[in-house]
Amino acid sequence: MTRLEKPALTAFVWLALLTMPWWMNAIGGYTELASRVLVLGLAAMALNFLLGYTGVLSFGHAAYFGLGAYGVGMMIKFVVPSTPLGMLVGVATGTVAAAVLGLLIVKLRGVYFAMVTIAFGQVFYFIAFRWNSVTGGDDGLTGWKRQALDLGFTQVDLLGNDRAFYYFLLFVFALAVGAMALILRSPFGRTLVAIRENERRARFLGIPVERHIWLSFVISCFFVSLAGTLYALLNNFVDPRALRWDQSGNFVIMAVLGGMRSFWGPLVGAAIFVVLQDYVSSHTENWMSFVGLFFVLVVLFFPRGVMGILARRRATDATKEGA
Amino acid sequence: MTQLILFNVFNGLIIGAFYALMALGLSLILNLSGVINFAHGGFLALGAYIAYSLSPHIGFWGALVVAPVATAVVGLVVERVLIRRVYGRDPLYSLLLTFGLAYIFEDVLRYIWGAQSVPFPIPPALASPLSPEYFFLTGYRLFMVALVAAAVVALFVILNRTKLGIRIRAGTQDLETVNVLGVNVRILRNLNFGLGTYLAGLAGVLAAGMLGLQPTIGTSLIMPSFVAIIVGGLGSLPGTLLGGLLIGVASGLTTMFFPSATEAVMYVMMGLVLLVRPRGLLGEEGRVQ
Amino acid sequence: MTQRTTGGVTRRTIIKAAAATAAAQVAGPFVISARGDTPVRIGLDNPLTGTYAALGKNELIGCQLAIEQINAKGGILSRQVELLSEDSTSGDAGTAVQKARKLIDRDNVNFLVGNVNSALALAMADVAAEKKVLMVVPGGHTDAVTGTSCHYNVFRVCNTTQMEANAVAPTLIKNAGKKWYYITPDYAFGHTLQAGLEKACAANGGSKIGADLTPLGTTDYSSYLIKAQAANPDVIIFLPQGDDMINAMKQAVQFGLDKRFHLAGAQQELEALEGLPPEARVGTWVFEWYWNQPNNPHVATFVSAIQKKTGKVPTARTWFGYAATWTCALAANNAKSLDTLKMAKTLSGMKLPPEVSLMPDQAYYREGQNQLLGDLFVGQAQAKGSTAEDLFKVSTIVKGPDAAGTLAETGCKMQWPA
Repeated sequence: MTRLEKPALTAFVWLALLTMPWWMNAIGGYTELASRVLVLGLAAMALNFLLGYTGVLSFGHAAYFGLGAYGVGMMIKFVVPSTPLGMLVGVATGTVAAAVLGLLIVKLRGVYFAMVTIAFGQVFYFIAFRWNSVTGGDDGLTGWKRQALDLGFTQVDLLGNDRAFYYFLLFVFALAVGAMALILRSPFGRTLVAIRENERRARFLGIPVERHIWLSFVISCFFVSLAGTLYALLNNFVDPRALRWDQSGNFVIMAVLGGMRSFWGPLVGAAIFVVLQDYVSSHTENWMSFVGLFFVLVVLFFPRGVMGILARRRATDATKEGA
Repeated sequence: MTQLILFNVFNGLIIGAFYALMALGLSLILNLSGVINFAHGGFLALGAYIAYSLSPHIGFWGALVVAPVATAVVGLVVERVLIRRVYGRDPLYSLLLTFGLAYIFEDVLRYIWGAQSVPFPIPPALASPLSPEYFFLTGYRLFMVALVAAAVVALFVILNRTKLGIRIRAGTQDLETVNVLGVNVRILRNLNFGLGTYLAGLAGVLAAGMLGLQPTIGTSLIMPSFVAIIVGGLGSLPGTLLGGLLIGVASGLTTMFFPSATEAVMYVMMGLVLLVRPRGLLGEEGRVQ
Repeated sequence: MTQRTTGGVTRRTIIKAAAATAAAQVAGPFVISARGDTPVRIGLDNPLTGTYAALGKNELIGCQLAIEQINAKGGILSRQVELLSEDSTSGDAGTAVQKARKLIDRDNVNFLVGNVNSALALAMADVAAEKKVLMVVPGGHTDAVTGTSCHYNVFRVCNTTQMEANAVAPTLIKNAGKKWYYITPDYAFGHTLQAGLEKACAANGGSKIGADLTPLGTTDYSSYLIKAQAANPDVIIFLPQGDDMINAMKQAVQFGLDKRFHLAGAQQELEALEGLPPEARVGTWVFEWYWNQPNNPHVATFVSAIQKKTGKVPTARTWFGYAATWTCALAANNAKSLDTLKMAKTLSGMKLPPEVSLMPDQAYYREGQNQLLGDLFVGQAQAKGSTAEDLFKVSTIVKGPDAAGTLAETGCKMQWPA
C-alpha cells in the first residue's frame, strides 16, 4: 500500500473533477450537485483516512463535520465576515473537539469504538439542537452568507457565481487531498497501515499504537471539519442534521461503496451516493427504501466497493497474462 | 419542591425502565452475535403499529400479547435472510446493514400506515390518575413499570433456568466452544435475535400508549439505549438494566432544573464512565478491546 | 406516482429530452431551453419524509388539485402547467436548499413553492431572492417570512403566529380566564407564538403567570405539566405542534388536567386532532381553515373534490397548497407575463377569487408585506361532530385584517428592485 494509486487513475480523477460542472449538467445534474459531490467526497475521504488506512471504524464523524459547519457560520455571522477566517475557526473547532474526545476513546476497539463515537457524536447534535439562543436550534443558523474572497488584487464573487464557487471548492479540495496523500506516504502513514494489518505485531515492534490511532483520528477529523466548513458555505445555512448520526452513516457507506482500500474510492462512492439519492428522491417519495436497500446490497454484494472490484479485475487480468 | 423531585425521580425510573427494555434487546443481540442492531427502533415501531392494527379486533390486552410475538417473527425472518450473512465480518458491515434496514423500516411503515400520527387507545381503567393529589401516577405508567419489571424478571429466568438461555449465556462467553459442544449456533443466534426483537416489540406497544404513534417513534429511543449499554458495560445484561435506569433518572432530574440538557446529560454520564472505568459499570474485563 | 401532475408527460421524458438537448450542444456548456411550447412549471420543495411528512403530503394534494383545475381552465398564459415535487425532508436545510436550486437551475421552474418548516422556508426564500424566482410559502408560520426577512418576490398563504395569537386571545380571556401558563416549544415558531400571545393577552387584560420552554421533540411532558398545575392558572396554553402536541395533550388528559383547567392554545391542525384519542380532543384553538363551512357552495365543491381524490376531507394544509398553487396561476395570468417583478407587482394587494379563497371573506395579499389576510376560525376541539371527521366546532370567525396588526409592527421593510 505504499503507492497510493496509479498515476493514470489520478490524472483521470483530476480531469473529471476539473470538468465536472460541464458534464454534470450534461447528464441531467446541475452545478450545485457537482459542488455537493466534492464536499461530501472530501468528507468520505477524510473518514477513510481513519477507516481504510488505520482500520478504525468511527461512526460519529458527522459531529466534527457539523462543528466545522457551525464554526464557519457563527464566525461569519457574529465576528468577522470573512470566508477564510471563518473556515479557519470551523476547522479549529472540529479538530480540538476531536483531540479531546479522542483521548477518551482511543483505547477502545471494534464495535465498542463505533458505538462510543456515535454516542459522543450525538452530544454535539443535541447541543446544536437544544442551545437555541446560540445555534438557532432546529431553525438552524441563518442570516449569514459566504463572503467574496479578497485576493488583494481582485475579488472573487463566491456567492453569485456557482462556477467560481465550485472552483474555489476544488482548490481547497486539492490542497486537502494533496496533504492527505503526503501524510499517507510518509513513514507515519505507513505505520498506520501496519497497525491496520496487525495491531499486535505493531505493538511488539514498539510502535505506540494508541498515540498513532489518536493522531490518525485527529487528522481525519481535521479534514472532515474542513469538509464541514465547505458544506456550510455551500448551503449558506447550518442545521443540526449536519451533525446527526445518519449523516455519519452516509459517510461510511460512501467510503465502503467506493472502496475503503483505495485512495480515491470514497470520492467515487460519494459521487454515486449523492447522484443516486438526488435522482431517486426526485422520482419517488419512498426514496428511503431505495437508499436502505442500496445499503443492504452494498454490504451483501459489494463489500469491497467499486474500486475494489476494479482492482480485483485488474489483478485477475494480470494473473491471466502471466500464466 | 420535594414532591417535584420525588416525582421526577419516579418519572425518570419509568423512562429508564423503558430505555432498559429497549437496551436489553439490543444488548442480547450484540453480546451473542456482535451485531449492533440499528434497526431496533424500526422493530419497536413495527410492534406498535401491529398492536394498533390488531387492537380493534382483539383489544388492547390481546394486542399486547400478539404484537411483540409478531415482531419477533419478523425478527427471526430478517435474521435468517440478512443479518446472518454478516456474522464474523468486520462490525462495519453489520452496522451498515442494519442502518439500511432502519431506513427501509421507517419508509415501509409510512407507506403502509401513513405519515400522520394515529390514535392508539388504551383501556379506560389505565387512562386515569390514581388519586387527585398524585395525579401524575396514572394507571398506565404504573402498569408500564410493572410490565417492564415482569419482562426483566422473565428474561433473567429464561437466561438462567432454561436450556436456551444457558446456551445463549455460554455462547456470549465463548461461541466456539459452545459450537464444538454440539449446540447449533445458527439456530441459537436466530432465536436470540427473535428474543431481542420481541423486547423491542413489547417496548413499542407500551410506547404507543403514551406517545403519538408515527413512523419515527423508535428513532428517539435508540440512542439512549446505546448509552445505556455503554454505561452499564458491554457484555453485561444487569449492567444494561442498571445503565438504562441510571440515565433515565439522570435525564428526569435534568428536565426539572435544565430542560435543554435533558439528552446531553446522558452523554456526559457516558463520558465520565468511560474516563473512570472504560469497560462500563458492570462490564467484564478485557471485553472492550 | 405522486411526483407529477400534468397531462401525459412524465418526468423521465423531460430528463431524457434535457439530456438530448445537452448532448446536442456539447460545444457550449449552457443549455438554452426553448420555452415557447414547454409547460409552465411550478416547483414544490416540501417535506414528504420525517416529522412533517403528513403535513407536506396534504399540501401536495392541494397543489395537485389546483394544477388539474388550472389546466382544465386553460393553464397559465395558455400553456399547460406541471408540478415538479421534491422531498425537502423535514429539517435538513442542505437538502431543501439543494432541491430548490435543482428546481430553479436545472428544471427552470417559473415558481417555487414551500415549505412547511419555517426555517427551511427562510432558507429557500434566500435562494428564490438570489435567483429572482417568484416564491409562495404555503404553510411555514414564523413571522420573519413576511416580516423582518420579507422579499418582494416571496408571498405567504398561512398566517403569521402573531395573527393566530391575536385571533384567539379575546375568546380565551372571555371564556376561560385571565391567568395563563405557557408550555412553549423551544424554537423560533414557539417563541414568536408565545410573545404574540403574551402581547394579545395583556392587551385584553390578562397576564402570564408562568412559562416553560420545552425542547422540540419532547416525548414526556409530565414534569412540565406538574409545574403548570402547581402554578394554578386559569388556562394552560399548549404551543407545541404535530407529534409534540399529541404527546402533550395525551398526557395532560391522562393526568385529568382537562377537568381542572382550561386547556387551550393557538394553532391547531386537523392532522393532530386525528392523531389524538377522542377523549383528548379538547380545548380552545385557532384553525386557519376548516372544511365544515355550511352555506358556502365553493367550499363544498372543494371538499368533495378532495374527498374524491383521497377519501378524506381537506385540512388547512390541503387548502394552503391549493391556494398557493392558484396564487402562481393568478399572478401570471393577471400580469399576462411570467416576469417575476411584474407578477409580484400584480399579486401585491390582489384578492383571491371566492372559489380559491374558500372562506366567508375574500382573502387578499397585503401590500408591503406579501402576507395573505383571510379569516381565522376560533373554536373548540370535539371528540366527534356531525361526522367522524368533524373534530372542531367553530365558534367565532376573526377577520384577518383585524388580527394582523399594523404594517410597521410586522417589521417588514420591503425593497423592490429598481
